[in-house]
Amino acid sequence: METKNQKQRILPAGEFNVFLKALHEAGYETIGPTLQDRAIVYDKISSTSDLPVGWSDEQSAGFYRVYRTESPLLFDYNVGPHSWKKYLHLPNLLLWKAKTNGGGFSFIEDDKSVGKQAFLGVRACEVAAIRKQDKIFLESEFIDSAYKKRRENTFIIAVNCTKAGANCFCTSMNTGPYAHSGFDLALTEIIDGNRHFFFVEIGSATAEIVMNKMPELELASRHDSTLVQNNMREVSYAMGKSIETTDIQRLFYDNYDSNIWEEIANRCMNCANCTMVCPTCFCTTVEDVTNLTGTEAERWRRWDSCFTMDFSYIHGGSVRPSGSNRFRHWITHKFATWHDQFDESGCVGCGRCITWCPVGIDVTKEIKSLQKSKATV
Amino acid sequence: MSRTHKPKLAVWKFASCDGCQLSLLDCEDELLAFAEVIQIANFPEASRAVIQGKYDISLVEGSITTSHDAERIHKIRRQSKILITIGACATSGGIQALRNFTDVSRYTSIVYANPSYISTLNKSTPIRDHVYVDFELHGCPINKYQLIEVCSALLHGRAPITPSHSVCMECKRKGNVCVMVAHQTPCLGPVTHAGCDALCPSYNRGCFGCYGPKETPQTSSLAKKWKEIGATNDDIVRAFRGFYSYAEPFRKESEAYEEE
Ligand code: SF4
Ligand code: SF4
Ligand code: SF4
Ligand code: SF4
Ligand code: SF4
Repeated sequence: METKNQKQRILPAGEFNVFLKALHEAGYETIGPTLQDRAIVYDKISSTSDLPVGWSDEQSAGFYRVYRTESPLLFDYNVGPHSWKKYLHLPNLLLWKAKTNGGGFSFIEDDKSVGKQAFLGVRACEVAAIRKQDKIFLESEFIDSAYKKRRENTFIIAVNCTKAGANCFCTSMNTGPYAHSGFDLALTEIIDGNRHFFFVEIGSATAEIVMNKMPELELASRHDSTLVQNNMREVSYAMGKSIETTDIQRLFYDNYDSNIWEEIANRCMNCANCTMVCPTCFCTTVEDVTNLTGTEAERWRRWDSCFTMDFSYIHGGSVRPSGSNRFRHWITHKFATWHDQFDESGCVGCGRCITWCPVGIDVTKEIKSLQKSKATV
Repeated sequence: MSRTHKPKLAVWKFASCDGCQLSLLDCEDELLAFAEVIQIANFPEASRAVIQGKYDISLVEGSITTSHDAERIHKIRRQSKILITIGACATSGGIQALRNFTDVSRYTSIVYANPSYISTLNKSTPIRDHVYVDFELHGCPINKYQLIEVCSALLHGRAPITPSHSVCMECKRKGNVCVMVAHQTPCLGPVTHAGCDALCPSYNRGCFGCYGPKETPQTSSLAKKWKEIGATNDDIVRAFRGFYSYAEPFRKESEAYEEE
């Protein structure tokens, strides 16, 4: 008799709302893909009718479009302009508030309680991106308490990609399309003949608690597991883009003075869209503001980008004044210096910086040009 | 700034529509606090009571378009410790700088019944071209919260927070879907100075550039993108020749697409 893995279960697509209800019962607010302003973005969802069923996306460099499909699939698209960092590493965060009282000042306590949130539809590349930010904010000498509070209250439901986007290159970065770990639950959506179901992998003890809130799901069969493996292999082959990562650090360090940077600066608008959409970029700026009467002060933290002049401003001016300096810095950090800093790549291959660069600058192409220019030296 | 006395503030008008000064009156909720810490000494739009100079802070709206104004701004500079220009007109010449691209008589002859009564300079120029300016606040009109921020910063001796990066950064922090990438709507956001909190893209419109060029704007790349998504040369000229037509990066880009 076939021995079945207790941690692999089958959720019929028709039962998806039951699953969402179980999450709600376990105290989670569910956040997932929704269709807004002609794009698939993350927002609160309450039932499957909030999911963009019957919609898919088409992407190329500097281009994004959603289109209607006949498919009953719930997750028939790749990543959009939002990433989960907007819920973990907030774009605008009030760090503290203070008020004068007589001779001194006192801090005003703010309600900083964070509710339990379940992310639904976290792609493998995004699971990897969250792990990278965990490393930055939780596993270094200094722990980011704001991130920690949110992260500890987050339940991750990965959804493996059953199609690859035209700008995706997770296979090159070893992050996808299949999520091996880093989730509470992982789902793979399969249509097999007239069966439409989710292959569920249970990845944490918290997930067991959620699963206990709903009728027990049947165990997955060997056949089901083969379907998932085959599907993942197909998606890997269909990956829109790729890069060669061998010696990638050297590539950047040896090409610091390449004239490629000047050429890119003719196209790059230093607008910072790429860093804003990148799920691993973590830089922030801190702003101190006072009210007119000087009786109240606030300290805010906001997403920043190495594409601004202020980012590298020190006494006397900006360290990276030209567009070429700044583009070189961003791509070098993602693909080379991140290794020195965190022992891994800063890129998960999600392709967002390519799609959402208004002028379609494609990091995979620029890396290929660098590799080519180097080969001819 | 020393807090031994309430700083005296004056608001001055040159060639402009009054929209920027009005944003000061528009500060409703904050106006009381404003009056608590600043003596509004000369602000004809708000009160006829004028207290003579010198002034600690002068807010200057409008551009220089007549020889009389070119004289007057020097007087104001002499009476002001800190001079801050507010809005597109004062910082770049404004919409009336469209005359700078042609002969001003071509406009006066169409607009006025008796153009001979009109005595005006051939160019509309920013205040900075005439006197030293301590700080420029951009926008058409300026954002009232930024105005309050600049005044608070000045009062409390800290740097004002009015970042000169792109509108795109504000747009992305808000979680907007990019209208240029997702809808092929031409947008000036990537080359435009932040400050409006990405107002137009938040309503699915392209940015009109009313805060003028950002730091290190790469306008030629954006113009190419506009052509790709269907804009004509005329569209590009008009877009760069709006509120900040005479700001150098926008002026040069519009000239590059001007048909012979
Ligand atoms: S690469 Fe693209 S998105 Fe990034 S700063 Fe340059 S133009 Fe903007
Ligand atoms: S660098 Fe680009 S492809 Fe890589 S993780 Fe960031 S946005 Fe995604
Ligand atoms: S690429 Fe730039 S914005 Fe992103 S993490 Fe590195 S320095 Fe920060
Ligand atoms: S990069 Fe891979 S995991 Fe991410 S959306 Fe594309 S196919 Fe899915
Ligand atoms: S909509 Fe405009 S301002 Fe917003 S990110 Fe896109 S190009 Fe920038």
